[in-house]
Amino acid sequence: MEAFTTHTGIGVPLRRSNVDTDQIIPAVYLKRVTKTGFDDGLFNAWRTNDPEFVLNKPAYAKGSVLVAGPDFGTGSSREHAVWALRDYGFKAVLSTRFAEIFRGNAGKQGLVAGILSQDDIEQLWKILEETPGAEVTVDLENRQVHAGESTFRFDIDEYTRWRLMEGLDDIGLTLRHEAEITAFEATRPAWMPKTLPARTADSV
Amino acid sequence: MAGTLAEKVWADHVVRRGENGEPDLLYIDLQLLHEVTSPQAFDGLRQEGRLPRRIDQTIATEDHNTPTIDIDKPIADITSRTQIDTLRRNAQEFGVRIHSLGDRDQGIVHVVGPQLGLTMPGITVVCGDSHTSTHGAFGALAFGIGTSEVEHVLATQTLSLTPFKTMAINVTGSLKPGVTAKDIILAVIAKIGTGGGAGYVLEYRGEAIRELSMEGRMTICNMSIEAGARAGMIAPDETTFEYVKGRPHAPQGEDWDEAVAYWKTLRSDDDATFDAEVVIDADELEPFVTWGTNPGQGLPLSAAVPAPEDFVDETDRYAAERALEYMDLVPGTPLKDIKVDTVFMGSCTNGRIEDLRAFASVLEGRTKHPDVRVMVVPGSARVRLQAEQEGLDEIFLAFGAEWRQAGCSMCLGMNPDQLAPGERAASTSNRNFEGRQGKGGRTHLVSPVVAAATAVRGTLSSPSDLGAPVAPAAPSDLQPTA
Repeated sequence: MEAFTTHTGIGVPLRRSNVDTDQIIPAVYLKRVTKTGFDDGLFNAWRTNDPEFVLNKPAYAKGSVLVAGPDFGTGSSREHAVWALRDYGFKAVLSTRFAEIFRGNAGKQGLVAGILSQDDIEQLWKILEETPGAEVTVDLENRQVHAGESTFRFDIDEYTRWRLMEGLDDIGLTLRHEAEITAFEATRPAWMPKTLPARTADSV
Repeated sequence: MAGTLAEKVWADHVVRRGENGEPDLLYIDLQLLHEVTSPQAFDGLRQEGRLPRRIDQTIATEDHNTPTIDIDKPIADITSRTQIDTLRRNAQEFGVRIHSLGDRDQGIVHVVGPQLGLTMPGITVVCGDSHTSTHGAFGALAFGIGTSEVEHVLATQTLSLTPFKTMAINVTGSLKPGVTAKDIILAVIAKIGTGGGAGYVLEYRGEAIRELSMEGRMTICNMSIEAGARAGMIAPDETTFEYVKGRPHAPQGEDWDEAVAYWKTLRSDDDATFDAEVVIDADELEPFVTWGTNPGQGLPLSAAVPAPEDFVDETDRYAAERALEYMDLVPGTPLKDIKVDTVFMGSCTNGRIEDLRAFASVLEGRTKHPDVRVMVVPGSARVRLQAEQEGLDEIFLAFGAEWRQAGCSMCLGMNPDQLAPGERAASTSNRNFEGRQGKGGRTHLVSPVVAAATAVRGTLSSPSDLGAPVAPAAPSDLQPTA
């Protein structure tokens, strides 16, 4: 994973709440077995059916910082939602509240999910709508968003921030504690579920 | 120290306590896999030259992409077929147990786990699917994860997690006849909202929950994610033990006694404190239905379509406006006047044998509305076999319903079972998002008995709206209260 310190790019005001992961990428786009190439699925229904949709406006089309309403990323656990945002070119999503699985997935893929107050989100929307194509800077080190003359503070949990800034691989980090995992396994009762050897019911 | 159920299960799985704001490293007892969220995880293992740590705690099934007719023929959609073939290849290469299409143990991953007796009280369960919360019905800590985490669990059998907060959902009193577990959870989500559970593990408690079967409890825990919660749990009791006992992977003999002794300790202590508490009065509940495009936009079936002005909060008002436009609904229309084109009976929320029995009990002896298409999709191949053994298939077919093979089917618009643009469904599934059941499709979430009554009348209906033959309960018991 690439380390993230600051990013500056076009801000995209998405004035919608409850943007669920089916809206971010519909299920029909989840059939690939690769980890890239999901950008065509991003917000597909809105991009194809709604000329007024923000990403259909040329000034915002190359956006890389999404500013969304509350409860962003609800619903399905599909990490494809993060891959689609990333493949499209987004580096950060700002909202007042994220669904937890989405937030976790974002942290694994180097996409910053920053939490701001509703007032700050409203101000960002105003700036980005008044000046379409305006740039926004996301400064992860100082947890700040700069837009126009304004600076806002965002929240992100300390552990995720550290991992993003270091660009660390999670599995590698965990495997440093392999001995502790093995020790824990030795304490598990014998009756805990085992899928193998496979057993099945004799009758219906 | 006094603890809640969720805190106890958490504490029993901590491999390593995080220091200075680091997350805890939590041991995962069981990982369930399916074709959609696993290919990139296996690829990741291959790239790094890693092997799954515990194939004996891992099981795979095919469900999201699979067709529900002609399952003996090759899958027509080439990308779906590739995804299924990829899962089969990965399972073979890494030695993971798999139940493929056509196998008696194939089915929706959340139906298969409990059915095999792999889901047990007090364990941790993960799957790359948000409805993993289903398994919390057994008093397991079960939650959905993304593909990177699937790979992490394959490689390490652990996850790094920050402890959740806990919320008690106390469901007092008893449900009236015709009101079900689905109505409880739709009412909970309408009350706390789609983000209300964010940061929490919900524990469903109270008399009405204790009175539910395991299948009803699974319906409730299944939809915890629709309230934004990471997981939902119910303390195990005799109903739970009875359900697990004798299943293929359930503990046996002395192991069983030891397991039950432990499971009996898995309840929130009387003096435990929850971070939040919500009360729902089951006596007051009536059949619930969603009118909008998120599961929190629900109302009792006797109500009318709301107007955006009814919402005080600006965000809610705007969301309602958009939802009404997408759903093509006019404020003030009684919900019971809404005509549907399709009734979908199935999914990990309501695709178990009891759900099919409830659905059949309303259909039996009645006639399908001529304009409605009815699809009945069992949650697993075994549920299908059992339904056929009980003759439920004959009731469905006599009614004019389609009786299909097991899978996720029309719940998610990923396989051939989809709504056409503009089509409207009464669905026993879990999500009414825009386009969820097919591009442009419109979804009303309902319980199996409401779905059945709707199939008879052609408009959203509860069994109490139907003439004879009616359920043996007194008609007064079936009348909505408000």
